[in-house]
Amino acid sequence: MSKRRPATEAVAVKGIWKAFRFLWLRRLMQLSILGLFVAGPVLGVWLISGNLSSSLILGKVPMSDPLAVLQSLLAGHPVVAVGVIGAGLVIALYALTGGRSFCSWVCPVNMITDLAAWLRRRLGIRTNHRLPRKARYWLLALVLALPVVTEILIWEFINPISLVYRGLLFGLGAGWYLLAAIFLFDLLVTSRGWCGHLCPLGAFYGLAGKYSPLIMSAARREKCDDCMDCYAVCPEPQILPMALKPKKGFGPVLKTLDCTRCGRCLDVCAKDVFEYQVQLKNQHPLIPVKAVE
Amino acid sequence: MSAGDKSNRDKGKTAGRNVSRRRFLTETAQAACAVGLLGLGLTFVAEKSRVHAAQVLRPPGALPEDDFLASCLRCGICVNDCPYNTLKLATPEDPVATGTPWFNAREIPCEMCDDIPCISHCPSGALSPELKDIDDARMGLAVLIDRENCLNLQGLRCDVCYRVCPLIDEAITLQRTRNTRTQVHAVFEPVVHSDACTGCGKCEQACVLDVAAIKVFPRELAQGELGKHYRFGWQEEERTGEKLVPWENKMPARMPGNSLNDGGDL
Ligand code: SF4
Ligand code: SF4
Ligand code: SF4
Ligand code: SF4
Repeated sequence: MSKRRPATEAVAVKGIWKAFRFLWLRRLMQLSILGLFVAGPVLGVWLISGNLSSSLILGKVPMSDPLAVLQSLLAGHPVVAVGVIGAGLVIALYALTGGRSFCSWVCPVNMITDLAAWLRRRLGIRTNHRLPRKARYWLLALVLALPVVTEILIWEFINPISLVYRGLLFGLGAGWYLLAAIFLFDLLVTSRGWCGHLCPLGAFYGLAGKYSPLIMSAARREKCDDCMDCYAVCPEPQILPMALKPKKGFGPVLKTLDCTRCGRCLDVCAKDVFEYQVQLKNQHPLIPVKAVE
Repeated sequence: MSAGDKSNRDKGKTAGRNVSRRRFLTETAQAACAVGLLGLGLTFVAEKSRVHAAQVLRPPGALPEDDFLASCLRCGICVNDCPYNTLKLATPEDPVATGTPWFNAREIPCEMCDDIPCISHCPSGALSPELKDIDDARMGLAVLIDRENCLNLQGLRCDVCYRVCPLIDEAITLQRTRNTRTQVHAVFEPVVHSDACTGCGKCEQACVLDVAAIKVFPRELAQGELGKHYRFGWQEEERTGEKLVPWENKMPARMPGNSLNDGGDL
């Protein structure tokens, strides 16, 4: 299997819109949110001020990166009410929409790592240095432990997610190197290396969405013909077997912390196996999925 | 199926479990080491940021530097709210913690807005909402650091730093002394008073020299501090009405410098 183009069959069967719609909708969303921020300094239209670390919508509604606020609290600083409310709002939002929906629908780094994954497929790059998927939880623990020890928000020095926004809105400087490093790492070293293995913010949002009612489901998994297209596009392909292959105790529902709700599997499946589902009752226990590299 | 088969299979299972447990332990140990090293590296980087450069001034109301690094979320709302583009968020190569707001007085000083808009939406409290009067801001302290090039100290009448000071005659005064070069003129020395100077940087920006003779520094850099036990006798006397040291101290009067050796008397 070399340079594969996973969506080919889906385009033939469902047409180009249905084979790409969630990808396009996500890009539209990611870019519009960025656009709303950029409109302030560039056009003087201040719908949102700030950046992804903390922002103020229409001068009223605060939104703060809960991980940043948590670090600040752990560093011993009593964050003022606005910041805490802002962090609460964001947590509530992602607890509802499936924690890592932040990753696929908002996070700007996702565009960089998706690009790397796409190039990897097109160029047929096969090198894949093995990393444990749970490394991100270790890093998350580190991100939370360092402020306790040093009383500095150390993660915010290198946080590439806020760096993109800060860079575009306030000047990036040498920050480009970090983003280039992530891109090259994903492209040449480990497939989905950053978002799929290391990013502590993704891990944090994953935990925040633990009880989210919005989930992907391989609802028509009996139609699956093992074409493996979804495996090629899914940023967390290790989670797919449990939903696709009937096994005791596992749903067709992708109840895992890792799923980013990107809907790419839904797009790319010519058999329409997948769908978004809203499940208010937690019918399937969340289980950490062992890496299937 | 004989009993032997079964026990063999069980043994195989236990062995498999042992292998996977060993792998789990190795992986955990590796991860712990990697994370520990990373943490150490990051701590070094971050600890360096505690020492910010002399030209870095924080916005009005900023908490003391250590608390500021523990609190600022690096959102840039203060930067957006400053009408004079004074503030900027640090990029990785700036001489201060990445992403935190700062300004360089020589480039764009703080105009000391009455309503202090930069503070009002700070979501973290890194810019303290307790600062209500901009005159109480302590962003830094102006220091007339180059006495050899300051025009006023040469006996010329520049006065620019004094005139632009928003707290003229409080934060900065002109002190008249004798011009020892011409013997007939006066020197008007700009003197900054730490109890009033806000560190806005207007004086540094306005200094007419190519490189300013008066500069605003973070207060930690600009100010000294008495030993905790140290008292000035005359201040104590004023406070308590009594001499701190009741007897008269007879100290030899001598010139500073090498006077001990060349026996130079006053
Ligand atoms: S894993 Fe991290 S970098 Fe990747 S999309 Fe999620 S938050 Fe962004
Ligand atoms: S007081 Fe005014 S000029 Fe000074 S930093 Fe704040 S907003 Fe800018
Ligand atoms: S508004 Fe407050 S939290 Fe945001 S960058 Fe300024 S000082 Fe930091
Ligand atoms: S920094 Fe200069 S201009 Fe500003 S208050 Fe102090 S002496 Fe005056």
